[in-house]
Amino acid sequence: MNHSPSPSPRPIRSESRLEQTLRSGRFAVTAELNAPDSADPQDVYRNALVLSKCCHAINATDGAGANCHMSSISCCALLTRAGYETVLQVNCRDRNRIAIQGDLLGAAAMGVRNVLCITGDDVSVGDQPGAKRVFDMDSIHLLRTACTMRDRGVFLSGRPIATPPRLFLGAVAGPCTPPYDWRPERLAKKVEAGADFIQTQFCFNVERFKAYMGRVRDLGLHERVFILIGVGPLRSERAAEYMRTKIPGVWIPDDIVDRMARVPRSQKREEGIRICVEIIEQVREIEGVHGVHVMAYRQEEAVSEIIERAGLLSLGELEAGGCAPADARSPQ
Amino acid sequence: MPDPAYMAEARRLLCSEWIKDHPRPLEYLYRLTKRGVVRVYPLMKRISPRITERLMIWGEVILKGWIFNCQMCGQCILHSTGMTCPMNCPKKLRNGPCGGVRHDNHCEVIAETLCVWVQAWERSHDMRFYGDDMRILQPPVNHALQSMSAWANMVEGRDTDVPAGWESAARAEGTDR
Repeated sequence: MNHSPSPSPRPIRSESRLEQTLRSGRFAVTAELNAPDSADPQDVYRNALVLSKCCHAINATDGAGANCHMSSISCCALLTRAGYETVLQVNCRDRNRIAIQGDLLGAAAMGVRNVLCITGDDVSVGDQPGAKRVFDMDSIHLLRTACTMRDRGVFLSGRPIATPPRLFLGAVAGPCTPPYDWRPERLAKKVEAGADFIQTQFCFNVERFKAYMGRVRDLGLHERVFILIGVGPLRSERAAEYMRTKIPGVWIPDDIVDRMARVPRSQKREEGIRICVEIIEQVREIEGVHGVHVMAYRQEEAVSEIIERAGLLSLGELEAGGCAPADARSPQ
Repeated sequence: MPDPAYMAEARRLLCSEWIKDHPRPLEYLYRLTKRGVVRVYPLMKRISPRITERLMIWGEVILKGWIFNCQMCGQCILHSTGMTCPMNCPKKLRNGPCGGVRHDNHCEVIAETLCVWVQAWERSHDMRFYGDDMRILQPPVNHALQSMSAWANMVEGRDTDVPAGWESAARAEGTDR
C-alpha cells in the first residue's frame, strides 16, 4: 500500500511496534494526544481511546506551547501499561541533561519504546513566561545522547548503563519554516545524530513540502530515515489565523484560510477535514513519505474520520484496533 | 512581563551588524587573533596566570562583546557558525535554527531581531575558510566554562574537552569533533 521503499538497512533496534510497522513498508499513522490538565488517569485513557483505533502510535506532548499539562512521561507510562503504543516527547526547555537521561531510562523501564527529541517552544509563548529556560542541550545533542545510551550502553559522561534503553528515536523537522534551503541539511544533521524517524511540523503548503522532499531525496535521507508528515484539521479561519500567528513554526497559506472563510459556519468543521484529507492524499504520492502524524488539538474525534476518508488504515488494521491494547481489539 | 527586546541576546552595538555582514575580513581577524593568542598566552601566563586570564576576559568582553554580543560561554565556535555568535539565540542552540523561526526570518522569542541562525547561514555562504563548518555536529555546551576566557580555554584545550560518551559516538561514526 506504500509506494516508498523501506529505508534503513539497519537491523531492528527496539521492540517498538511503530518501528515494525514502518519497517514492514506500511504507511504509518501517528496522532497527538491532548495531555489533560488533570491528575485523573481516566482523563488520559478517555483522550487516548478516540485515537487508539485509528493510529499506530500515540504521541504524548511534553508541555506543548510552553503550557503546563500532565507530563509526557506520565501519559506514556499510563498508556503503555494499558497496552497502547506511545511516543514519548522530550523537550530541552524544561530539563537539563541529567534529568533527561534519567527520564529516558525510566521511560524505557516502563515500556516506552519511541522517543521524539524536540527543542521545545520558548517559555515566552506559554502561560508562565517568567519560567527559567533550561536549554542545556539542543535537540541534536539530545538525539545523539539517546543514541549513545542505546547503541553504546553509556551515559553522555561515558559511565556504563547496565541495561541500555531500547528506543526508536525520532526528531522533528520544519519543512515550511525558514531558512528553507537549510532545512534539508539540518535534517541530515539529525539523521547523523541518530534519528530513526521524523515527524514534521504542520504541512499546509504542499508545494513547499515537495521542494523540501526533493532536496531530501538528493541527499539520500529518505533511505536512511522514516518521514511522517504533520497534518491536522482546521476548525475555522479564526483558528487558522491564531495558529499561524501565535503557534511558532506553523505556516498556513492564504488560500487555505480563504477557503475556510468562504464556507458557512455549519460546514467549517467538514471543510477543515476535507482540506486535511486532500493534503494527505497529495503528500502520500511524494516519494520518501512513510506516514502521517495527525495533530488535531481539541478535535481528537475528527482523527478517525480523517484516517478513514483518506483510506490510510486498511480495513483489517482498523478492525484490529490500531495501537489499542490487545484486549480492546475485536475478537478474532 | 519584560519585553524580550531587552534580553541580553537582543543587544546589538554600533556598526556590529555591518561588520558581521562582511564575514571574510572577520575570518582573517579570527586567524590573526588565534595565532597571536597562541603565541602570547604562554608567555603571559608564566608572568601571572591570574592577570593573564583577566586581561583575556577584558579583551573578549570589549572586542567580541562589541562585534558579536559575546555571551562569554568560554568555548567560542563562532568561526564555525557563520561569524555569528550562537549564544545570541535565546534557546542557546549550537546546531542550527529551531522550528520557531518566523516567516519574516525573525526570532520566535525576540520578534524584533532576525534569527541569528538565519544570519549565520547567509553569512556562511560568503566565507572562504570556515563556511562548511556549519555542517559540524557541535557538542553540548560545557557550562563549567561560562564567564571564562574562551581564548585561554582554546590554548589550554579546555574548549574541545567533550564528554566521553559524545566522543565515543563521534569516533564510531567518523564525524568531526
